[in-house]
Amino acid sequence: MRAPRGSPRSRRSLWVGFGVGALVGVLSFAALGLLASARAQQTVVPLVADLSKHLVAITTGFTGTDVLLFGATDGPGDVVLVVRGPLTRKVVRKKQLWGIIWANRDSVTYDNVPAYYQVFASRALEDIAQTSVRARHQIGTEHLAFNLVEKSVTESFLPGFRAALVRLKQKQHLYGERTLPVAMLANRLFRAELHFPANVPTGSYSVEVYLFRDGDVVSAEITPLVISKTGVGADLFDFAHQRSALYGVAAIIVAIASGWAAAAAFRRV
Amino acid sequence: MQIYLPIAEMSVNVFVIFGLGGAVGFLSGVFGVGGGFLMTPLLMFLGVPPAVAVGTGANQIVASSVSGVIAHTRRGNVDFRMGGMLLVGGLIGSTAGVWLFAVLQETGQIDLAISLSYVVFLGAVGGLMLVESVQAMVRSQRKGATPRGNAGRHTWIHGLPFKMRFRKSKLYISALLPVAVGIFVGVLTAIMGVGGGFVMVPAMIYLLGMPTQVVVGTSLFQIIFVTANTTFLQATINQTVDVVLAVILLLGAVVGAQAGARVGTNLKGEQLRVLLAALVLGVCLKLANDLVATPDDVFTLISEVG
Repeated sequence: MRAPRGSPRSRRSLWVGFGVGALVGVLSFAALGLLASARAQQTVVPLVADLSKHLVAITTGFTGTDVLLFGATDGPGDVVLVVRGPLTRKVVRKKQLWGIIWANRDSVTYDNVPAYYQVFASRALEDIAQTSVRARHQIGTEHLAFNLVEKSVTESFLPGFRAALVRLKQKQHLYGERTLPVAMLANRLFRAELHFPANVPTGSYSVEVYLFRDGDVVSAEITPLVISKTGVGADLFDFAHQRSALYGVAAIIVAIASGWAAAAAFRRV
Repeated sequence: MQIYLPIAEMSVNVFVIFGLGGAVGFLSGVFGVGGGFLMTPLLMFLGVPPAVAVGTGANQIVASSVSGVIAHTRRGNVDFRMGGMLLVGGLIGSTAGVWLFAVLQETGQIDLAISLSYVVFLGAVGGLMLVESVQAMVRSQRKGATPRGNAGRHTWIHGLPFKMRFRKSKLYISALLPVAVGIFVGVLTAIMGVGGGFVMVPAMIYLLGMPTQVVVGTSLFQIIFVTANTTFLQATINQTVDVVLAVILLLGAVVGAQAGARVGTNLKGEQLRVLLAALVLGVCLKLANDLVATPDDVFTLISEVG
């Protein structure tokens, strides 16, 4: 993945070497050989992309983070990125008026709901590809393939629940409200700023990069991204989940001790 | 200054949380209520998941109650014997309450049950206290200082067996009474996820006839154990106690509780009760409004493990 990205630069430096004037013919032959192999690799990989970091560490001071995605294509085309969080199960509940009280009544349970979802594109999605193509690759919140697990309503009410799921996720800033831009440079290089908010769910993310030409995907690449807690926060989380009884007792002891300490401190004042 | 909460999985402003803890701790010190009925909704308002708000709130109330009880003990305002009897009932009641909670959860209306019981009990308790204490204040202004109390009254209550002398409370009543109050409040505690002080305090004043000054410290004494139990259950069953959040809250709360206890001892019983009644009614109206008002979004999203 990294080798082809470095190749244009190494090729350029070789040409510079040629310009200055090669001293020995053997050297230039070797350089030509390298050049040829670099070219061969480039035709195999029309799309390369990478992230500025593959691990987002959630520390105590975490307030959200930015990750830079960058890459190159082998020529003009449209670039679309899809950032997807780990799949979860969600229940959407709907309140209804009972007499004078609003109470939960119907609910729909969905599986395969990405915890996070954001699309980036170099142009408007409608101009890049047809709906059927976008649907096939689940590009756009309307094409997310949620899996219906359980429902207490008839089929005709489902679209409302599905829309509510997306809307509520957008409200939590976990689903993009709109497609964000991919910056293109000279039709070859591209970059996009991925922003993850402070409430970003932990887990394994995938960043899918698609290269579109004439409304079809000509190349695609998936780059993994892991978001996980580290340091004291991670230790506490593990403690709370693995030794929960001990954690509970510790929490009570901390509370009693600090209450006691405060009372003692105030007595002397 | 932002800090990331590992269990709640969100980032919060330290000073907002500290201030929240201080404000609730202050009220807890003044009135002898744990403050859970304020803390839990306020944390949820800040975006903390409800389960974490309940579990962490309980943990924090342990700290502010300990601090408050020590302050009140110094002033001789804790009736440990009465507290012990209430606690016996409280443990029986909360065990039954946990079971009831599970039944309600299965029928799928636990949220409504919680909200409704809040509205009903806060409304009844607040209304009752407000009327009574305003009457008492008017009376004492008219005739000068009239000593209040049920000491002279003799009803069927005094005919119950297992009589005990509660010296601090100046009462000689059946031990069954505080145990029964404890059971009743214990059930509510488990369902509503709070210490139960706001129900316990009026019950002690009006049902048991205890002097207001002793009620506050004794209620806090009992709350320590109930909330410690809730903390443990939440930590083991749901893993929803966020110690980072709890520590910030309790740093604010222990300071607030000390200040509150001082203010509380300088207030008259009637004044204390009017203020608590106003507070309880305020929260009640807010919750009632939430139930009746058209919600911004009729849909809600809940995570399900699995």
